Amino acid sequence: MKNAQMNGAEILLKALTDQGVEVVFGYPGGAVLPIYDALFQQKAIRHILVRQEGGAVHAAEGYARSTGKVGVVLVTSGPGATNAVTGLTDALMDSIPVICLTGQVPTHLIGNDAFQEADTTGITRPCTKHNYLVKDVNDLSRVVHEAFYVATTGRPGPVVIDLPKDVLQNKGIYKGAAASEEHRSYRPQVRAEADAIDQAVELIANAKRPIFYTGGGVINSGNVASKLLTEFVKLTGYPITNTLMGLGAYPGSDPQFIGMLGMHGTYEANLAMYNCDVMINVGARFDDRVTGKIAEFSPKSKKIHIDIDPSSINKNVLVDLPLVGDVATVLRQIMKRWKDGGHKTDKKALAAWWKQIALWRARDCLSYEQSKKIIKPQYALQRLQELTKHRDTYITTEVGQHQMWAAQFLKFESPRHWMTSGGLGTMGYGLPAAIGAQVAHPKALVIDVAGEASIMMNIQELSTARQYRLPVKVFILNNQYMGMVRQWQELLHGSRYSESYMESLPDFVKLAESFGGVGLRATKPEELDGVIEQMLATDNFVIADIMVDQTENVFPMIPSGAAHYDMLLGPADKAARPVSEEGMVLV
Amino acid sequence: MADPKKLPSVIEKHTIAVLVANEAGVLARVIGLFSGRGYNIESLTVAEVDAEKAQSRITIVTSGTTQIIEQIKAQLRRLVPVFKVSDLTIDGPAVEREMALIKVVSTGDKRVESLRIADIFRAGVVDSTNKSFVFEITGATEKINAFIKLMEPLGLKDVSRTGVVAIARGEKPL
Repeated sequence: MKNAQMNGAEILLKALTDQGVEVVFGYPGGAVLPIYDALFQQKAIRHILVRQEGGAVHAAEGYARSTGKVGVVLVTSGPGATNAVTGLTDALMDSIPVICLTGQVPTHLIGNDAFQEADTTGITRPCTKHNYLVKDVNDLSRVVHEAFYVATTGRPGPVVIDLPKDVLQNKGIYKGAAASEEHRSYRPQVRAEADAIDQAVELIANAKRPIFYTGGGVINSGNVASKLLTEFVKLTGYPITNTLMGLGAYPGSDPQFIGMLGMHGTYEANLAMYNCDVMINVGARFDDRVTGKIAEFSPKSKKIHIDIDPSSINKNVLVDLPLVGDVATVLRQIMKRWKDGGHKTDKKALAAWWKQIALWRARDCLSYEQSKKIIKPQYALQRLQELTKHRDTYITTEVGQHQMWAAQFLKFESPRHWMTSGGLGTMGYGLPAAIGAQVAHPKALVIDVAGEASIMMNIQELSTARQYRLPVKVFILNNQYMGMVRQWQELLHGSRYSESYMESLPDFVKLAESFGGVGLRATKPEELDGVIEQMLATDNFVIADIMVDQTENVFPMIPSGAAHYDMLLGPADKAARPVSEEGMVLV
Repeated sequence: MADPKKLPSVIEKHTIAVLVANEAGVLARVIGLFSGRGYNIESLTVAEVDAEKAQSRITIVTSGTTQIIEQIKAQLRRLVPVFKVSDLTIDGPAVEREMALIKVVSTGDKRVESLRIADIFRAGVVDSTNKSFVFEITGATEKINAFIKLMEPLGLKDVSRTGVVAIARGEKPL
């Protein structure tokens, strides 16, 4: 069959198959009908029909993040492509490898404002790592293979391939992926410079108050990176904090793990960041949710920054020692140098440092008061953690208070089990992402920790869950508010709750039932365990509607524009410290 | 590497040369990067420089603090169709030139004076009518600015400038 003429749609599917694609998340339409026709006549690729294109991208993200493979999306031209934009931006911000195939009007109609025409490459240029418009069927296979290379190497990200309908129908020749993957202009740097490694090892070994601050880059680098990180952190005995994106890269129950850092991070993690003398940033990007006030961010430390993206270096925070390269490769370089040089840590200084950290830890910053009458959201998550800890659980979230509580109260022991929209903060992410993760892991327990506001943003995807018998569990912490908006209005806007109350909510139990799933509800603390157990025992998708305290806030909290030491630890704290005017304009 | 914590916060002008694949949308990627991230473009020129390799060269004059300039270069290098980025302002001495076509409409003494000044600036006349000249002038941006200023009272009517093109001095290519 070599060099036999196939049409563009067949070439496309052949290229996807050769790239190891097993699943595509999509929604048909006029411009992509040739692809759907080709899909119909083959068995290698499974198509998951979503209910809105936005859901397809998040599902592909969930698939990609839970497997380490590329998530593939197939949507039609015009509205199909524009609906995918939020998901693409989400994947760009969180560095998730996604290939999005978009239909396009035939080449001779491009620019004519044809039916369902949109300038897809123009619209998606700023929200993809790269994009392509294929104008000749004989370029198609090369472009697809290149797109996979670009999406998965360097800092991963989404890539769009725009496919005019005539290109899909024309006959052409398929070419397999090139043996050598070298791109003519795109060359990500994988290994760090040797002398920078030497300097890093010196700094790390001589640290008195060190901290590892690690992020999503560890997870993106592959499971071996998490293993190496864990090994190195244990070897040094240094404390480690994770970003929201980095949870699971280091075992969450290990005593050296001092919790997530940042705006809703732990007291001990933020104070350790503020007071450290050597910071080892591994695959994190000094996001504003992590740094707080830049001018007062960890002022006394030497900063080492491992990142595969040179543009992350010195973007927000000026660092002393940048190491540009892949996390796993650089960690290997560092550990080899460490062992070859027989380096030892300063045991005495470290003991004093841990003593200090223990004092901060003793503040028990995540404590809350569980009442007898009403379910606290933190309590709901603690019970969920307790009743699922023995299982291989994949957690996704929507965006808001529930997301922060999930990050604080659930324990992630291994990478790729925690999927949340970190950079973009996309409400509606969790359900489709859970669907994607469940497609990849049909037997595993997949839970979307949700809020009642976020879940409404992609609720239509319950229909997808039903169609493919995907037993995802939607665990709604229902406080009948857009909780995080409400919290900011309480703390920053004089408790004027403008438009943040969720009026006219559906009955989530009936809603689940109407989609063909199971609906459960808990309103009192004593009902909680029963509902969770029933949820876990159900071999169907479930919405567990957990009615929680409406006014509970997420603490600790570093208010916008404040420094790491300036944390609100609980409700009593807020009156004492008004937010600065500079802080008010920050998001 | 200089101590990054002591990077100056003054705004500096830099001329950056970018070698790119000559493919659809590449200029939009570069310009979109500048507008999307809030960087300045003071001038931008682009043309194909190697037809065989399908490579174009973009010369951008931009301004910012040292940290911003470093960020601009890192962001440019991140674009998939970018081969090379060079900061001609700090990578060694470079020659910078701009070309302008300048239309001056006048008669009598003013017309004679414009021609006299053009001669001093080594500007050539590329079009002439009884009442007008089109001058062609090449040089550093400041020289062209000075010439235009002098032409203002002499009947300056229209200006078209290329923006800066630049190349490193000496033997080394980009």
